[in-house]
Amino acid sequence: MSLIHKTAAELGALIAAGETSSAEVAEAHLDRMAEVEPKVKAFLHVDREVTLAQARAVDARLAAGEKLGPLAGVPIAHKDIFSTHDMPTTAASKILEGWRPPYDATVTARLRAAGLVILGKTNLDEFAMGSSTENSAYGDSHNPWDLTRTPGGSSGGSSAAVAAYEAPLSTGTDTGGSIRQPASVTGIVGMKPTYGGSSRYGVIAFASSLDTPGPFARNVLDTALLHEVFSGHDPMDSTSIDAPVPAVVEAARHGDVQGMRIGVVKEFGGEGYQQGVLNRFHDAVELLESLGAKVVEVSCPTFTTALPAYYLIAPSECSSNLARFDAMRYGLRVGDDGTRSAEEVMALTRAAGFGPEVKRRIMLGTYALSSGYYDAYYGQAQKVRTLISRDFEAAYQQVDVLISPTTPTTAFKLGERTGDPMAMYLADLCTIPSNLTGNAAISVPCGLADEDDLPVGLQIMAPVLGDDRCYRVAAAVEKALESRWGGPLLKEAPAL
Amino acid sequence: MTVMAFDEALGRFEPVLGLETHVELGTASKMFCGCKTTFGAAPNTQVCPTCLAFPGALPVANEAAIESTIRIGLALNCSIAEWCRFARKNYFYPDMPKNYQISQYDEPLCFDGYLDVEVDGETVRVEIERVHLEEDTGKSTHVGGATGRIQGADYSIVDYNRAGIPLVEIVTKPIPGTDRMAPEVAKAYATELREIMRALGVSDVRMEEGSMRCDVNVSLMPRGSSEWGTRTETKNVNSLRSVERAVRSEIERQAHILAEGGKIIQETRHFHEDTGTTTPGRSKEEAQDYRYFPEPDLVPIAPDAAWVARLKAELPELPLVKRKRLQAEWGVSDLDMQAMHNADAIDLVEATVAAGAPAADARKWWMGELARRANESATTLADLPITPADIARVTELVASGSLNDKLARQVLEGVLAGEGTPDAVVAARGLEIVNDEGELSAIIDEVLAGNADVADKIRSGKIAAVGALVGGVMKASRGKADAGRARQLILEKLGVSE
Repeated sequence: MSLIHKTAAELGALIAAGETSSAEVAEAHLDRMAEVEPKVKAFLHVDREVTLAQARAVDARLAAGEKLGPLAGVPIAHKDIFSTHDMPTTAASKILEGWRPPYDATVTARLRAAGLVILGKTNLDEFAMGSSTENSAYGDSHNPWDLTRTPGGSSGGSSAAVAAYEAPLSTGTDTGGSIRQPASVTGIVGMKPTYGGSSRYGVIAFASSLDTPGPFARNVLDTALLHEVFSGHDPMDSTSIDAPVPAVVEAARHGDVQGMRIGVVKEFGGEGYQQGVLNRFHDAVELLESLGAKVVEVSCPTFTTALPAYYLIAPSECSSNLARFDAMRYGLRVGDDGTRSAEEVMALTRAAGFGPEVKRRIMLGTYALSSGYYDAYYGQAQKVRTLISRDFEAAYQQVDVLISPTTPTTAFKLGERTGDPMAMYLADLCTIPSNLTGNAAISVPCGLADEDDLPVGLQIMAPVLGDDRCYRVAAAVEKALESRWGGPLLKEAPAL
Repeated sequence: MTVMAFDEALGRFEPVLGLETHVELGTASKMFCGCKTTFGAAPNTQVCPTCLAFPGALPVANEAAIESTIRIGLALNCSIAEWCRFARKNYFYPDMPKNYQISQYDEPLCFDGYLDVEVDGETVRVEIERVHLEEDTGKSTHVGGATGRIQGADYSIVDYNRAGIPLVEIVTKPIPGTDRMAPEVAKAYATELREIMRALGVSDVRMEEGSMRCDVNVSLMPRGSSEWGTRTETKNVNSLRSVERAVRSEIERQAHILAEGGKIIQETRHFHEDTGTTTPGRSKEEAQDYRYFPEPDLVPIAPDAAWVARLKAELPELPLVKRKRLQAEWGVSDLDMQAMHNADAIDLVEATVAAGAPAADARKWWMGELARRANESATTLADLPITPADIARVTELVASGSLNDKLARQVLEGVLAGEGTPDAVVAARGLEIVNDEGELSAIIDEVLAGNADVADKIRSGKIAAVGALVGGVMKASRGKADAGRARQLILEKLGVSE
């Protein structure tokens, strides 16, 4: 089997054993990228020389006897929202075109220190606002399962890259589902860790109280290995949790649901859900029962209010977070011809530099925070958030984890929802509650929908710092399904 | 600008004051990042991704700044919040890197306190609404144009060294009832606040460097009315004296407008040191909606009750209490104490007494000779190149008879001129009093020989004429003779008794 088809764990072991080198592995992936990128368009920035130099440096460190961990030498693709000091970081926005940060995000720095090699920066919806990558200022990414469809979003470049075997691992950020939904629609694994479990330092902010960096991989163990390397307390992020990282790798190695209590969220299903998605979800429920789990239905009535609450909180925070893009210190500058004031240049730059969805959310958020409207919108949304937390707490009194489909439909066609923001927003219906409460949640492949033979994801939600529970259930599901399928779901994907 | 004379204005209107004071804390690092806070560093050398608001950078709250703010709150008799949050104040301005300021909104760290100030021996209680913590902005310099302000400037440059320096805002409740003492109350409040900051050691409170800045709110209501008028907020008030002048100027300006039947516009005004008057700034009508919301990048502050109790127990003696104690110890009048206070001499006198000088002598030198010299060289007492220990040594030399006052002044002059310690100046300039009787006797003989006519007058009973001879002796000894002893010896030599 070629290097690109191996798992990250296998690659790490081969490199550690000296059977291959980081440079060879990087080269194989760069070659794959050269081959399929014209179709997939997962990446915004690729710099072969920078990547190979990093790989050779890791090889030298390993040769010198440095102990770097299980993923040393393995290449990774970063969502282009993680600051990298040696590659541009644009958040897929014109306003940051060519921006080269002078520093690394904590996640980037930790992965570098652990010997992971950066293959490039992946596409996303501008500032992570979207569910399809269609809001990228630099064009759409394509779903390797069907190039006419979206790979999900906002971390769609990262999901597409992994699903297309361009990278064994990638990073994403999940603010309302931006890791889980793309993982679901590309047939891979994506994890939103507990909020505060992974550092936001150096990750370009969309909505500070929701943004959560997390891992993508083609299997549960690789996802957990990556999760473990970059997680843990970061003094540079005040909202980072000062507690040990849950034992995610251990859980991923020993998937087992025997005796576990699993809750099916009653409110997620029915109208608006694709039948093939519901079918695969019901199969997964039966599977879990057959594996010894006790599955019950749990009602979380406030979850239906999560979407509107999210679309007040996230835009409010983004309207403030994105204020710094003002042409004064970095990034795009428009209209600075000596005749205009700083304020005029700011306005012209922001008008030219932000795309329509970003502007829509800045407007929404500015309005929601305005004097006289704050209580009715932002204040009310925060109260809803508290109620959703209570529903989760009550549910976790009864069950160990909650499950639902990750997203109501399989990958939709590029262009299908661009004219209808509400339809686009519905892609995050099931994923948003976990963001509002900071809970952990994962998406793991659970089969292909009957109508379109496209991947369906199972979402497993766990309480704060219960990340290991997500992995434990996901690993059990993966193991059972792969033995049923005779391999990973991705082998069903058409050749590119 | 036409104004109404102060006395007339106060005859017709009652002022209501309010003061908002910003104090830059003297922490080693900034409020939300590790950058240094040294004043006067080359522009944009004390900056990092966080205080420049680079994409992805995050704030981390400075614990020392939180501690200082709580201590300020405690010194101002405030309640300390058990739980509070930072909030974002959103508005666009080029010197504010994030285009929002991390501040506090409806959950200040300290609230509901008071500060007693003394004006003309009367105690006025100023109620404190809140004390909260925020970050400073960068500093804009507007180049070109006549005013140095943004209007009419060719371009502006921004120094972000100041961006993110911890700033404490202290807001009073409206202060009614100060009447014609309003300007003095405002100044006394600012002065007292500055001294509290010094006593706490939380800030260098240099108004001229902007580490303490006062915004002065003034409104007027017609006598007999109980409805407060529209207020103005005067910024750019950069000295204690300006606080007083700004209040006075606003009272005179507003009184004129109101008397003419006009309306006061609620606006920000700028104070001008040169003219002592204010001009309009940004009008509140075009004011921003700051869209405050809790800062999601920071966790709430929840000061531990035991910690707050310890900080309270460890507060230093506060300036007003200290002044009362010192006044009793020194036995000086209210007037003298006030004069020392106004001259910023109390700490210096205290240190001089601590170095061994009698209080009366310490006060005499600082408030006399040294105050005169500070005034001459347009500096402050504290900035004179002389120490309390130097003054204590000079008083000791006078007490021991080695110096008289005239010589002592020469010693001080030498010290101020950088000639060294008092003892070094005495030695180098040869300033010690002539105690050698033989030398003095010889000088007197010389003076008597040269003034035979005067000597005769004295012998014939005109003892008052001895003054002229003493003067001659002092002159011949270049001031170093003991005048009293010289008089005695002259009379003895002439065989005259008083």
